[in-house]
Amino acid sequence: MTQSILALDHVSVSFPVYQGGSRSLKKRLLSRGSAGRIARDSNDRIIIDALHDVSLSLESGDRLALIGENGASKTTLLRVLAGIYEPVRGTVSCHGRISPMFDIGLGIDPDLSGYDNIRMRGLLLGLSSQEIGELMPGIAEFTELGDYLDVPVRTYSSGMTLRLTFAVATCFEPEILLMDEWILAGDAHFMDKARARIDSFVRRASVLVLATHNLDVCRRWCTKGLWLQQGQVRAFGTISDVIEKYQDRAL
Amino acid sequence: MTVLLKGKLANKVRLQRPNVVRRQGERQLRLAVADVADGVALWRLWGRLGWNDILQRYRRSLLGPLWLTASMGIMVLALGVVYARILKMALDDFMPFLCVGLLIWSIISSVLTEAGTLFIGAESYIKQIRLPYSVYVCRFMWSKTIIFAHNFVIYLGIVIYFKLQPGGAVLCAMPGFILILLNGALTSLYVGMVSARFRDVPQLIASIVQIVFFMTPIMWKPELLGSKSVLMTFNPFYHLVEIVRAPLLGQVPSAENYIALGLISMANFLLAAVLFVRFRARISYWV
Repeated sequence: MTQSILALDHVSVSFPVYQGGSRSLKKRLLSRGSAGRIARDSNDRIIIDALHDVSLSLESGDRLALIGENGASKTTLLRVLAGIYEPVRGTVSCHGRISPMFDIGLGIDPDLSGYDNIRMRGLLLGLSSQEIGELMPGIAEFTELGDYLDVPVRTYSSGMTLRLTFAVATCFEPEILLMDEWILAGDAHFMDKARARIDSFVRRASVLVLATHNLDVCRRWCTKGLWLQQGQVRAFGTISDVIEKYQDRAL
Repeated sequence: MTVLLKGKLANKVRLQRPNVVRRQGERQLRLAVADVADGVALWRLWGRLGWNDILQRYRRSLLGPLWLTASMGIMVLALGVVYARILKMALDDFMPFLCVGLLIWSIISSVLTEAGTLFIGAESYIKQIRLPYSVYVCRFMWSKTIIFAHNFVIYLGIVIYFKLQPGGAVLCAMPGFILILLNGALTSLYVGMVSARFRDVPQLIASIVQIVFFMTPIMWKPELLGSKSVLMTFNPFYHLVEIVRAPLLGQVPSAENYIALGLISMANFLLAAVLFVRFRARISYWV
């Protein structure tokens, strides 16, 4: 029997929209004082159902592609999987270390040197100083930045910064890897070099969840697909089935 | 009551009464405790982040973080000379009193006024990676402690200049300071949460802190209140300041100070614990 590594059970997430009014304490107090009459409109908060009754289960080796149009809540689902949003209803269970890769520039401080940024990023990913020390030569080599790693990142060109962040983000052993699509949207020249690294990085992960519009990427990396539409699951199954259904949607 | 919007968003957006979220309380309690334990254990991370917060502010300036010391020193000196004259007190009595009071007040007031941005300011982290929320609290209190340490140099200067001999009582300053840090951490936790939800709370606190400064004996001695000095018993900030100020000036804080601190800590703990257990999971939705 295979054990599910990452599972969602009837998960729903909704966002209250705190539009100016309902965020202010004044409105709250006024509505209390007036038995809810004066500020009634702002107290009737708008709630967006971002995810509705999503269930899925992933086992070791699964590669899941989240497909859907803009606003289909792909990123929200990724954040639920990463434990950032705890669902309003339903449960998320996970066995293993989650490695979210949403914003590879997170924690990059332009005033710190390249080396210090690598250390900072490593700490954010939960690595110990010792592990970071061991990984450092490999990262430094991949970036090809050489002595530039000793000067503040502020002085780097954007291409150099991208190389640094990318190298750091892909330096560790991912277990459950959650990726947002735009990670793949680097400049073409660099991506050629990065492709091999990210391919092997993704393959090392025991579970991959990737949110994307790019169906070619899905076919290359993923074995399963999940089509989200307006926060609801439209299809869940093997990648070819889901892509087929997704492409037929307009017909 | 559910009103459906017309148009494209009809399926997604509904106007409705706020629905109460019910979860198993016990599970939330466990998660909250785990959050604090995991957060404190990540001391390397918050240590570096907190230190970085200080460096960032003073990077490429000649004095660096010593600007903290310099500006505080000038303030103590200027206020001390002027107010000793206004209040007709001896300089060697008033100056140490004012210096220590201002040092302690600066950490208390900066914790209170900046706690509002504790979670709001860390939005980019909170939305990208799951870290225990207590990491942000530890980082915040750590950077405040570093600032205090820089300011503390002024006290040493005052001790030498006025040839103070605080004696053994000075040992009581350390537990007092730890109590201040503990209360600061608890307060900033719930103030940070409430501020993330209600954005006018930071403004509210900023104006209250201003008033409290003048109501608390820092620029003036409590004896000046005369027969009304008993009023200070009800000012929690008086006890918070006194618990460290008295030992640094060579007196052991009174039993009343310690009892008050115990009550304040208990109230802060209960408030922080209840809010954190109940609303911890909502922080990422609020920021």
